[in-house]
Amino acid sequence: MSRRRRSHVRAAIFWGLCGVALFLIIAPALDIIISILANALPVLKPSLLTETTQGTQLGLQNAIVGTIVLSICVLIVAGTIGVLAGLYLAEFAPPRVASTARFFSEVLAGVPSIVVGYVGYTALVVGLHWHYSLLAGVLALSALILPYIVKTTELAFSSVPRALREGAIALGLSRGRMIRKVLIPPALPGIVSGLVLALAISTGETAPLLFTANFSDKLPSGLFNPVGYLTYVTYTDIQLPGKATQAVAYAAAGVTMLFVLLLILVGRRITARSRRLVARMDV
Amino acid sequence: MSTMSARAGDVTAGRARRRASSTELSRWDKVLRAVSAIAGIVPTGLLVFIAVIMVVAALPSILFNGFSFFTGSVFNFGNLYATTTVTHNGVTALPHAAYGVWPLIVGTLATSLIALVLAVPISVGGALMLSEVIPRRIADPLSVFLELLAGIPSVVFGLWGVAVFGPFIAAHVYPALSAIGHVIPFFKAPVGVGQGLLTASLVLTVMIIPIVASTTLVLLKRVPILAKEGALALGMTRYETARVVTIPYIRTGIVAASLLGWARALGETIAVLLIIGDIYSVPGNIFGNSSTIAAWIASTLDGALQDFTGMGVHALAELGLLLLAISLLTNLAGRLVVRRVAGGVLPVGRGV
Repeated sequence: MSRRRRSHVRAAIFWGLCGVALFLIIAPALDIIISILANALPVLKPSLLTETTQGTQLGLQNAIVGTIVLSICVLIVAGTIGVLAGLYLAEFAPPRVASTARFFSEVLAGVPSIVVGYVGYTALVVGLHWHYSLLAGVLALSALILPYIVKTTELAFSSVPRALREGAIALGLSRGRMIRKVLIPPALPGIVSGLVLALAISTGETAPLLFTANFSDKLPSGLFNPVGYLTYVTYTDIQLPGKATQAVAYAAAGVTMLFVLLLILVGRRITARSRRLVARMDV
Repeated sequence: MSTMSARAGDVTAGRARRRASSTELSRWDKVLRAVSAIAGIVPTGLLVFIAVIMVVAALPSILFNGFSFFTGSVFNFGNLYATTTVTHNGVTALPHAAYGVWPLIVGTLATSLIALVLAVPISVGGALMLSEVIPRRIADPLSVFLELLAGIPSVVFGLWGVAVFGPFIAAHVYPALSAIGHVIPFFKAPVGVGQGLLTASLVLTVMIIPIVASTTLVLLKRVPILAKEGALALGMTRYETARVVTIPYIRTGIVAASLLGWARALGETIAVLLIIGDIYSVPGNIFGNSSTIAAWIASTLDGALQDFTGMGVHALAELGLLLLAISLLTNLAGRLVVRRVAGGVLPVGRGV
């Protein structure tokens, strides 16, 4: 009897500790979101969109436009290469080649972001004499999120139901036709959600951009000029004294966070829809 | 059955399917295949490119510093206004230049290991709670929340750590914690104002929890239901089922997830740079200022550009190479471990 009770006590302690663990996961996360927003909301003023980041001026125009320009360029570069690479791994590559390429792509994802920034600095900024530039920043960010796009694209193609492929083969469709007419429609939501989530990651990065894109307090003005972005404003302004600069830091952090969280929620919504879509097609 | 394999995105089945459909390729198909094949080797090529650039950039520093690079504890570009240079092993540097990165190695390993030791039990416990105890109606939104946490930018973590979390914990928790200093001297006061080794480790903990926890959640969903039901049918309680069936089943996966989380903590730059104080020293106590490899590269590269011999930049490259080697090894180990258990579980990148 006492043994039984002891095991009850042990179970209670175990689940109690698990509950504490869950609290320790949720509480800091909530605190981050709430405290950043609480400090950012009072300073989210229209001037953020009309003024540039100079001195203690409450403006983020250059940084917001710069972040959007960076994101679009990254989407074009990493999106094109990543989706094609994912398509190759899922549909064309011989098994051994596919598993090797997949493995190295995943390892690439483990390269620390500051190392990517350093390589961008050495090879592009200095090596190719691009100086600090939008293009160097775009390429560094692209290298960082490429593996993610490759993986989500490959997964999207390989989770298309088998029945659809068999139908396409039975109808005698060529490989290209099968990809275009049969595989892409159900795979598309998965690919798009991967791109959106990759964009969320790239929006939040700072380290790879510090020594490639550097910073500019003017609006983006060309591929070979430096460009401003939101995370840099938070990173530098929080280290400066004074209430005014701190306010700019919080505003930038708030805007970045809202951007990123919105992208993640949109991405998740698309993923959920694509899963339902695929499940319905599966016979 | 078929729904299950579709959801899991079974890659081996995909391979079989592909072979079955080896119909004739039209000319356009061949173009598509060629173009996508080129894209397919880009990630591998990039990895090789990064490694080569880092090795080449680090080479002068490796020759100049030798093994003392790892054991020394002074990091000095030398006399930046000097008109002469010194030469060692055929490489030139400024007079009085010294590059020893021992404090950074200590700082990097200490912060990431403390973060790992704290994050793994918290993640596993929280994930167990979410999947075994809490009803799905509440657990599902909470796991979405976990994904959101994975996406919060590291600079935001840094801002929170410096402005909110650090001051709070230094005022309310560290004084109590410094009582341990009577037993373990490393915990002795002064506790500082909240910037330092321990605060950086704690924020890193919060940052890697989503990676470990969401992977654990996926692993938990893969535990065969029959084994669990069998245990319950034998009269085991939920706790006993968790201990005897569930946890042993996911143990290897947790090891792999931890290795990935560790790799992430090792390479984290901006948040750590803002929080740790970025002082080049092995701290006197756990609350003291220190720095890490990644943070030091980010904060010092600007200054290194003043060194006209280029040795400063090369030394930072060797640091980067060291970081690259450590984090690729942990990452590789994690992926090899998980390959034995179940493919496709581990998140790529940030774990969003």
